[in-house]
Amino acid sequence: MVTVYQREPGRGPGLSRRALLKGSGAALVLVVTGSAVISPQQAWGVEPAALNPETMATLIQMARDVYPHDHVADRFYAIAMKDHDTKAGSEAAHKALIEAGIADLDQRAGEGGYRGVGWEEDRVKLLQDIEATPFFQAVRGGMVVGLYNQKDLWPLFGYEGESFSQGGYLTRGFDDIEWL
Amino acid sequence: MPAPYALTDDSVVVIIGSGAGGGTLANELAQKGVDVVVLEAGPRIEYEDFINDEWDSFGQLAWLDNRTTSGDWRVSKDFPNLPAWIVKAVGGTTTHWAGASLRFQEHEFKTLTNYGPVEGANLLDWPITLADLEPYYAKAEDKMGVTRTNGIEGLPGNNNFKILKAGADKLGYKDCHTGNMAINSDFRDDRMGCQQTGFCFQGCKWGAKWSTLYTEIPKGEATGKLEVRPDSHVIKIEHDDTGKVTGVVYADKDGNLQQQKARIVAVAGNSIESPRLLLNSASSKYPDGLANSSGQVGKNYMRHTTGSVYAVFEQPVHFYRGTTMAGIVRDEARHDPSRGFVGGYELETLALGLPFMAAFLNPGGWGRSFTSALDKYDHMAGMWIVGEDMPQEKNRITLHAELKDKYGMPIPDVAFTDHPNDTAMRNHAYSQGMALYDAVGATRTFPTPPYPSTHNLGTNRMSESPEDGVVNQWGQTHDIANLFVSDGSQFTTGAAENPTLTIVALAIRQAEHIANEMSSGTI
Repeated sequence: MVTVYQREPGRGPGLSRRALLKGSGAALVLVVTGSAVISPQQAWGVEPAALNPETMATLIQMARDVYPHDHVADRFYAIAMKDHDTKAGSEAAHKALIEAGIADLDQRAGEGGYRGVGWEEDRVKLLQDIEATPFFQAVRGGMVVGLYNQKDLWPLFGYEGESFSQGGYLTRGFDDIEWL
Repeated sequence: MPAPYALTDDSVVVIIGSGAGGGTLANELAQKGVDVVVLEAGPRIEYEDFINDEWDSFGQLAWLDNRTTSGDWRVSKDFPNLPAWIVKAVGGTTTHWAGASLRFQEHEFKTLTNYGPVEGANLLDWPITLADLEPYYAKAEDKMGVTRTNGIEGLPGNNNFKILKAGADKLGYKDCHTGNMAINSDFRDDRMGCQQTGFCFQGCKWGAKWSTLYTEIPKGEATGKLEVRPDSHVIKIEHDDTGKVTGVVYADKDGNLQQQKARIVAVAGNSIESPRLLLNSASSKYPDGLANSSGQVGKNYMRHTTGSVYAVFEQPVHFYRGTTMAGIVRDEARHDPSRGFVGGYELETLALGLPFMAAFLNPGGWGRSFTSALDKYDHMAGMWIVGEDMPQEKNRITLHAELKDKYGMPIPDVAFTDHPNDTAMRNHAYSQGMALYDAVGATRTFPTPPYPSTHNLGTNRMSESPEDGVVNQWGQTHDIANLFVSDGSQFTTGAAENPTLTIVALAIRQAEHIANEMSSGTI
């Protein structure tokens, strides 16, 4: 079972403050510590059950590079990637697909690996080279639902979701455009 | 009260499917005192149980039985096992449809005559004219409560419509309004008016949009002459030595096979399942499938020439608020070969929620070109293109050579490749749609590829001569007098208009014919 920890001030569970602080001196946004991937700045972490934590950290970076939204925090990408850890836990072939895919990506990136490549456009070039692989398509395809169907994400795009319980938009702005 | 009929009762009319064709035919026959059993493959989900959530609703309503695809169409690459976005539930795709209810134009009933032969296209004139269908269009519009008919007011325009209208005005289009919609603009027929909720495709939770689920079917049941059996998937139609059909075999909700006898069978399972069922009912007497002496069963599959244009503006739009199909431009629906293609197309507003926009804006797309579009989701407007596509014999439903469903019946393969006329029309529509949005200040426009088919047509087509098609002008198969087709698969050609109103009009007309023939004892 994978957990994405969102630190809530003053209470557990989740990663300890110490664990969160441990990586805070690093240059990277995502830090692998023990069995977890943490985001010191944003106070959350993910602890994969089947995948290598380094793999998960790279997967999250790759996910952002595939569908980059600068106003969307890493934790949404981490949640989208959880499904691969879950599936890797029950299907050895899927675990192999992800681990080998990330290893290949790191190798293509050279020293420092994929996460060590500083510019998005350079990472995207690496992704374009593997675009046709089952690994890339598994990651990209899974995100269509895994990322964009997160209800917490919708307000960031101005999508209001369910409206029946509020009586629809008949009195709530269905025709409120003023700039035309 | 709904009437329970015995499996052995061979006096009933069995209708397969409960959507626009089947559900309407069932009620019309029941109102005339005919005993009807409707076998619906999907469950009965009442409208209060519909879900305002795109993926959850898709899981609740969509026809997800395995299908395969072939041909050059992009759907086959992006959605290889989802050729069509249609519904498996009581009410069929009338639960999901957007409500656009347009009559065909006169020339569209005579395409071979009016367009002339088109290379590679299997054009044919309908055996009926607009004048033949007009009285039934009028009945259908009254039944469905179509706006701008019968004194019913148009719906108010939402933000997406206002942009469409402003652009249409700038381009000089004259025929732009909030549509002829089978959505109540006010309380009518015991159903409330539209609340502009924005989830038409997910089933209207108010019941404001016409669906057979909560109009035709309960009205038919109230006569005591109609029994609807949900979760009843027909797998074969049976016949006797004389060739007349005698009943059907279906899998009930527990997966057990049942045999229902019938005096008449009407097939209304939409244009993929209907021909599949006729083909799967092959016998030693009919080795190519039922009603297939012409060889046309499954062929001439049409899906309308579609596509979408989305556009981003500087200021917010919130196009997901309100009626999904909130307005129309009809100026391009005419037949005008000077544009480089025969037939015409409609432009109709369309909005998707964020989850489906991510799935459909550019399937397979990724990177900043894709995501920067979604970043402006609440600044988007959108329209859908729906135009006449060319019937082609190679576009067809066939039985899969190896794959079978859980009842052991071959699954359907849906083959489609655009005709050059389809491509020329789509490109014209893209450029007009983008010009329309540019005229009101779009900063970016997106010619978006067709979605899985919602309009599935033509695979049991109507023809004057038995050699050219599967059914006659009444939807009665040329080969078997007591076997009818009652859905959009009857369409000889597709016209530019959304098909539901025509399916309903044909079903009303067919019901009169069946009742008359039953009274006179000819079937």
